[in-house]
Amino acid sequence: MIEAFFFYVFALMSVVAGAGVILARNTMFSVMWLIFCFFNAAGLFFMLDAEFLGIILILVYVGAVMVLFMFVVMMLELNKAKLREGFLQYLPTGGMIAFILMIEFIAAASSGVFSNEAIMAVGHLGKEVNNTVEIGKMLYTQYLLGFEVAAIILLVALVGAIVLTLRTRDDVKYQNISRQVNVRKEDRMKIVKVKL
Amino acid sequence: MDGLDIAVTTLLWVLEILAIAVPVALSVAYITYAERRVIGFMQARKGCNRVGPHGLLQPLADGLKLFLKETIIPAKANKFLFVAAPVIALTPALIAFAVVPFGETRLFGLWDTPHVMSIAHLNVGILYVMAISSLAVYGVLLAGWASNSKYALLGAVRATCQMVSYEIAMGFSLVCVLMLAGTMDLSGIVHAQEGGFWHWYIIPLFPMFLVYFISGCAETNRTPFDLVEGDAELVAGHIVEYSGMWFATFSLAEYAALILISLMTSILFLGGWYAPFPFLDFIPGTFWLLGKAAFFIFVFIWFRATFPRYRYDQMMRLGWKVFLPWTLAWIAVIGIFTYTPGLQDLIAFYQPWR
Repeated sequence: MIEAFFFYVFALMSVVAGAGVILARNTMFSVMWLIFCFFNAAGLFFMLDAEFLGIILILVYVGAVMVLFMFVVMMLELNKAKLREGFLQYLPTGGMIAFILMIEFIAAASSGVFSNEAIMAVGHLGKEVNNTVEIGKMLYTQYLLGFEVAAIILLVALVGAIVLTLRTRDDVKYQNISRQVNVRKEDRMKIVKVKL
Repeated sequence: MDGLDIAVTTLLWVLEILAIAVPVALSVAYITYAERRVIGFMQARKGCNRVGPHGLLQPLADGLKLFLKETIIPAKANKFLFVAAPVIALTPALIAFAVVPFGETRLFGLWDTPHVMSIAHLNVGILYVMAISSLAVYGVLLAGWASNSKYALLGAVRATCQMVSYEIAMGFSLVCVLMLAGTMDLSGIVHAQEGGFWHWYIIPLFPMFLVYFISGCAETNRTPFDLVEGDAELVAGHIVEYSGMWFATFSLAEYAALILISLMTSILFLGGWYAPFPFLDFIPGTFWLLGKAAFFIFVFIWFRATFPRYRYDQMMRLGWKVFLPWTLAWIAVIGIFTYTPGLQDLIAFYQPWR
């Protein structure tokens, strides 16, 4: 009972927040709606006993990704009216994607995996089952290859981003901190006898 | 569950929350007093000593002053976010305390097994604290943006870079703790350090302890990492347009975060509520935990009186080029020790999950 109530609260809120993202006039508010949406999605994860995923969602998306989003949005001078200019032009493409997604959702919902009986069968596991441990075991044994491939792709992306933005400038004087720290008195000073 | 049950449970929750939130607010007030006295002592002057005996009523006078001051909202500010930002800053600082275990109690022999004193017993407690404290940056960011002032905006931009950078080093230093404790539950981590100071994780993880504590200092924007509000160049950074109660809310959030970092450092590296020697166990664990946290709060104040502010590029360098490689190397060291047959025995002492 109380579980269903919370599910509907979180689900409704995330839909409202999702609508808020695209309807907000101020881009800053769009970002905030998206953060709110993530919180509600995390709430849904908690309802499914997947507290690890819920917390990671907040930690990674809200705590890091959205901060950078907000950071960028803060710097931009965005004109919403200008952004809306191409609305009709993009409507057919967007509408088509939405339509395909909807068909996929309906197909998934009616496939039987999410039927009432299947969901009832899963139920809640006991308190001794720690889903962090379970996810770890699966991720590092059965799905190790996929995990490593994903890690390598991320590493390549990371290096790529650094390479794209790395510029060495010759006209700027950089300090070499270890050299600065290692300087001894003898390197810089010498005692000169001044003739009087 | 009938109506009475729900009412009693709700009442208990409210009491539990108040039992943590009220002491936090009070200790924030007296940390500001301690800070002024300690820094005064270190700089060979008196500090506040006028209001009440030894100036002990100074925090109350300050609170009253801030409460009665007018709150000024700049005309061009985004009013909603300007007012919301201090609240957004304070909320994560307070709700992170929900999982902090303050000790173990049998309630004077009423219970047979000791219960951990925390509002919520999460088995991902350490991640919860990480996630919630990473939200603190929003308060700063929104305050800077909503103020519509160049200094505030610059402060917010600096805060974002700083917090995001140091969070990574902080997270990796926690990974080392997790590799030893084998659990993400905060009370489980404390239990893993039971039995005297030679079991504490500060010994195998000393570099990580330094990284965690210094990163915590950077996360809470304390000196020497207070570039966010660097008063010489940015006036006061994101709080430049705030006055009265809203200003006080920001400092409340900052000091609450300070207390949290001190508590977390004690829990993760200094054995939480355990005494350094088992024969000192007759002193309740909560006193030990709070004593350790109080020491770290003192160290934060000590830092403030001692160190000059970092230059911005040096601070970023420290985060990315010093701490991050340190933590990654230490994770590798712990991992190698854990799974190499000869070295296993050395570290098994600290790994109760074996």
